[in-house]
Amino acid sequence: MRAYLPAYELQRPASLDEALRLLASAPGEWRPFAGGTDLMVLLEAGKLEHRKFFSIWHLDELRGIEETIEHITLGALTTYTELQSNETMRREFPMLCVAASETGAIAIQNRGTLGGNIANASPAADSPPALIVYGAELELVSARGARWIAYEGFHTAYKQMRMEPDELISRIRLPRASAGDNWKQYYRKVGTRKAQAISKICFAGAARLGDGQIEEARISMGSVAPTVVSCTKTASILRGRRVNKETIGAAQGEMKKEIVPIDDLRSTADYRLQVSLNLLEDFLLSLER
Amino acid sequence: MQTRFIGKPMPRKEGREKVTGRARYIDDITMPGMLFGATVRSPVPRGRIKEIRFDPQIPWDEFTIVTAQDVPGSNYVALIVNDQPYLADRLVNHAEEPVLLLAHTDKYLLEEARRAVRLEIEPLPPVFTLDESDEKKEIIWGEDNVFKSFLVEKGNVDDVWAGADFIVEGEYRTGAQEQLYIETNGVIAVANPEEGVTVWGSMQCPYYVHKALIKLFNLPEDKIRVVQTETGGGFGGKEEYPSMIAGHAALLAWKSGKPVKIIYDRAEDMAATTKRHPSRTRHRTAVTRDGRLLGMEIDFVVDGGAYATLSAVVLSRGTIHAAGPYNCPNVRIRSRAVATNVPPHGAFRGFGAPQSIFALERHMNKVARAVGLSPEEFRRRNFIREGETTATSQVIREAVDMQRLVERAFELSDYRDKQERFARENESARVKRGVGFASFMHGAGFTGSGEKYLQSIVGAEATPEGRVRILAANTEIGQGTNTIFAQIAAEALGLDFEQIEVAQPDTANVPNSGPTVASRTTMIVGKLVESAALSLRQTLQNSKLLADSYSPEDFSRACRDYLAKYGQLKSFSQYKQPAEIDWDDEKYRGDAYGAFAWAVYVAEVSVDTLTFEARVEDFVAVQEVGRVINPTMAAGQIEGGVAQGIGYTLFENVVWRGGRMINNQMTNYIIPTTADIPPIRVHFEEMPYEHGPGGAKGIGELPMDGAAPAILNAIENATGLELNQIPLMPEQLMEAFRGEHA
Repeated sequence: MRAYLPAYELQRPASLDEALRLLASAPGEWRPFAGGTDLMVLLEAGKLEHRKFFSIWHLDELRGIEETIEHITLGALTTYTELQSNETMRREFPMLCVAASETGAIAIQNRGTLGGNIANASPAADSPPALIVYGAELELVSARGARWIAYEGFHTAYKQMRMEPDELISRIRLPRASAGDNWKQYYRKVGTRKAQAISKICFAGAARLGDGQIEEARISMGSVAPTVVSCTKTASILRGRRVNKETIGAAQGEMKKEIVPIDDLRSTADYRLQVSLNLLEDFLLSLER
Repeated sequence: MQTRFIGKPMPRKEGREKVTGRARYIDDITMPGMLFGATVRSPVPRGRIKEIRFDPQIPWDEFTIVTAQDVPGSNYVALIVNDQPYLADRLVNHAEEPVLLLAHTDKYLLEEARRAVRLEIEPLPPVFTLDESDEKKEIIWGEDNVFKSFLVEKGNVDDVWAGADFIVEGEYRTGAQEQLYIETNGVIAVANPEEGVTVWGSMQCPYYVHKALIKLFNLPEDKIRVVQTETGGGFGGKEEYPSMIAGHAALLAWKSGKPVKIIYDRAEDMAATTKRHPSRTRHRTAVTRDGRLLGMEIDFVVDGGAYATLSAVVLSRGTIHAAGPYNCPNVRIRSRAVATNVPPHGAFRGFGAPQSIFALERHMNKVARAVGLSPEEFRRRNFIREGETTATSQVIREAVDMQRLVERAFELSDYRDKQERFARENESARVKRGVGFASFMHGAGFTGSGEKYLQSIVGAEATPEGRVRILAANTEIGQGTNTIFAQIAAEALGLDFEQIEVAQPDTANVPNSGPTVASRTTMIVGKLVESAALSLRQTLQNSKLLADSYSPEDFSRACRDYLAKYGQLKSFSQYKQPAEIDWDDEKYRGDAYGAFAWAVYVAEVSVDTLTFEARVEDFVAVQEVGRVINPTMAAGQIEGGVAQGIGYTLFENVVWRGGRMINNQMTNYIIPTTADIPPIRVHFEEMPYEHGPGGAKGIGELPMDGAAPAILNAIENATGLELNQIPLMPEQLMEAFRGEHA
């Protein structure tokens, strides 16, 4: 343990209201601590700079999976384990379930939460590309009230989010129409090994076909830019096209402009770009399969 | 031969303690008044220490602070060449080099303090790679950057080139590798002028630590005591390094007058302790039109890091194995270990052989192709046989049959069918598949005269309960020493398995049976266990307390009677080299090893052309290791070694920046998980070895040698790409594919 533990504080508010009051009392001073799967790693390494936290793990208001005709709504503290074991999720949102199953070890999946994964804002996180493709929305709550926003565009720059310092992510909502039977889905995480790996590239794509043409497509990628990227231009160029060499080339041309991969410890910019384009091609070819 | 324990899957002696969590590792142990110790390390790879500054925020008067000036004896880690200081004095030669030690009761405050020491170091130009060191543009060690060099000559290779039908050249490289034992390095020390120095800790070789502490404290032998605690893996990583951390804890204990514990966290352990030597091998081979080897010229270089440590010995093993299990009349091997300004590289399972065997087994495929033969046919024509000689002119006296191992491995792996099927299917497949193999040998025990100089001793003593306790310095580090020793002794004495105990290695209580390294514990030390046990029985029989024929109960009673009458019963056995072993250390010629283990490993791979990921899909490991003493543990050794070899080949990439390992965390130093490891099918051919206990030869390192070349040979089979460097990451595979299509 490289952190100086006496320098840290951890509170345990009794309810969500109390947690929100704490957040409002001095915005930015207190930060939420959910499953701890990211924060504990930083703490161990002596790299957790923020010192004041409040635990939300025990707040039942932030748990549970609700189904309506239009939506599946997930409490922000829904763990990867809960996510994968939900029948509706497995049937309608398989990419998110695969992402959950490929994140960390079993112990991490038991503690790691969807809300925490979003708020940690890692560009290499595995669930955000799937969330973007599914058109997810976030509920942000504060002592001032609650509001729903689109998840796409939530991450504005590296570790920057469209969220006020007194707000907390409380729920994640997935529109069921975005993932019905007429959507073909493709998810592929390229990690450093088969399990317990951080992504080098994470690709999520979905497309709806009609008459052999792509009616609509959505593509999102992780680990290829400072934030998770929604490849809207690449997706829009596909609209109304058939899958053929020309379409693949055009889409790849757009994708090159939408992603900005870098060299880091895990991989190289060159590899990330090449494999992103390969996965895009494979996604498009999979629509034909 | 009917046996009761040899060849039987006896359960691990300490297995129950380990799986129930009762086994006590060093970090489970605490002592009254104990302090925690930490190490302040150099942030720069090479330079002159100008000043050490202490941040006034920290209450330094509460700390014990040790620098080079506090060393009571000699400030070097006594090993082979005494060049490595315990604490850098004026110069630092690698990043992470220890400069200053701190101790305090509060381990959290200690960590703050560690970060509050500022080292002012005037930088000197560093050398980071073996190529730079070999070019000698900057001299950083001795007169020429060379820790050690060897020359092996057989026949006259200079005469063969003119008459050769083909001359094939190649260059091969291997990277560093972290041992990644589960338990990080750790020790506790008690040290004061009255009682001397005692160290408990996680280690492979208590007597190495013992020898080093004698010099560090300038104390007599009997004032130094080293005790091995339960150890969570070593793989060579706890061969020489524990001498360093033990010395550090002891220095802090000496100055503070209190027990001091030092436990490295994973990040420190990975950044600061030893790794496998990176290497470069160049081959030039002369061969006839019909595929007979005429001459081999091999240049083998390993990167030793900043200090000599064990590089000379690693180089030696790598050199001797460089020409492999082939019969070649003319061989020249030149090798050297060179200095760089990175933390010293050290012992790691295989000890130089995985590096040179990787090069050779890739090169043999290249030579085969040049001649127009399949890899297996080319090897078949050149395999060494009984009566023929190795590169060191050692006459093989074992009835070795490499071709039989090849046939067995091909049969088990369905090699020929797969090769044919994959060739057909790969044409249109996005995922290409291939098979490849490597054939190799690994010498057991110390090289040449090593065992003769060591003169290892093992004891057996009768306990008051009427059991037999084995006294040896060889450590249980997860590989099964306790169990194997108990099997050997129980078999020799006709006792029950439970009647044999194995003493905790403690230099105050066990004789020096040598280090736990070099695949020697079973074959060399196990034989001494057998003879010590037999001599104990002889004493009982000579004293008329035990009849020629006896039951286990009779034996126990005889032990108790003997103790009642004479007080104690201990018998010892010392190593005597078999008469036929003849080694010339000057010319590096003769019997390098008493015995070799022989093996053929087959890998099946897939290469995804979308992501350039190579996966091992199936693995067959066939080996001849003499008599197998414990089939479960032997298979475990092979599986573990192959898994480690798969990591070495496709996953484990030490990323260096400025002479520091920057991916020193388990999140970014990637070892394979079970999901990345294929079924490993292990097969033993058993030919009892006359000088091994129950016929056993060494086994521990062998499986580390074969995976890398077998996998790259399989990738070549799958893709046609000739890749000669490991680790092979997807990023490099992508570039190779591009090169192919450019």
